[in-house]
Amino acid sequence: MKIECKQVRSTLVVKLSGEFDMMIADKLRREIDSRLESKQITNLIINLEKVTFIDSSGLGVIIGRYKKISSQKGHMYIVGASASVEKILTFSGINKLIPIYKNEQDIINI
Amino acid sequence: MRIEFPSLPENVSFARASVGAFVAQLDCTLEEIEEVKLVVSEAVSNCIIHAYDNRSNEKIMVMASIGLERELEILVEDTGKGIADISQAMEPTYSSDETRMGMGFTFMKSFMDNVEVRSIVGEGTSVTLRRTFLYHDKEALA
Repeated sequence: MKIECKQVRSTLVVKLSGEFDMMIADKLRREIDSRLESKQITNLIINLEKVTFIDSSGLGVIIGRYKKISSQKGHMYIVGASASVEKILTFSGINKLIPIYKNEQDIINI
Repeated sequence: MRIEFPSLPENVSFARASVGAFVAQLDCTLEEIEEVKLVVSEAVSNCIIHAYDNRSNEKIMVMASIGLERELEILVEDTGKGIADISQAMEPTYSSDETRMGMGFTFMKSFMDNVEVRSIVGEGTSVTLRRTFLYHDKEALA
């Protein structure tokens, strides 16, 4: 799995590709948390456009970052989830906490 | 099929891909294969995280078989620390690790017809997952 991060003003955009399981979960958790601690970031966008698989290890990282971001009164969004990934997000109830958009442009247009 | 491998995180994808490829012979839908891959991922991740506390030099065994009536049976076995309270472990959102979601067994119960967990503290755990796949033409008529 590949992790790409970019910061746009106070928003961290994390683009993932490949399979999102325990193999990458800890690394991604550390990567995002170190950026949240060291930079002036209040919002987080997780781009799952190129993610082909997600299990509860991946969901755990997402929900953990949501707790951090919302405790700092920030906003978190998920974008680009494929039908199979979105099914798992919905099944877990994450979609009730974190809005899911088709692409990053949709968030900018809110 | 039967595979044995060390409890390394990279073997989670190996296990789910292997069982997924094995199940493909049932000519089931991609969605069904994805569901099988998910439950294998959850069961094998549980072995690494919970049974072995993330130690990578332990052994995990995965067996899968397909019966004449298109019934799939998957067995995931470890020789780790075991589960003291199986019903608590299977509760939705329960996890012994607070950084985790506790969704593993919920996924297994939701996407399989039957989930059986046997565990002896200090000896290990075996999880048996069963699901019968309908014939697609029968499914269409249902």
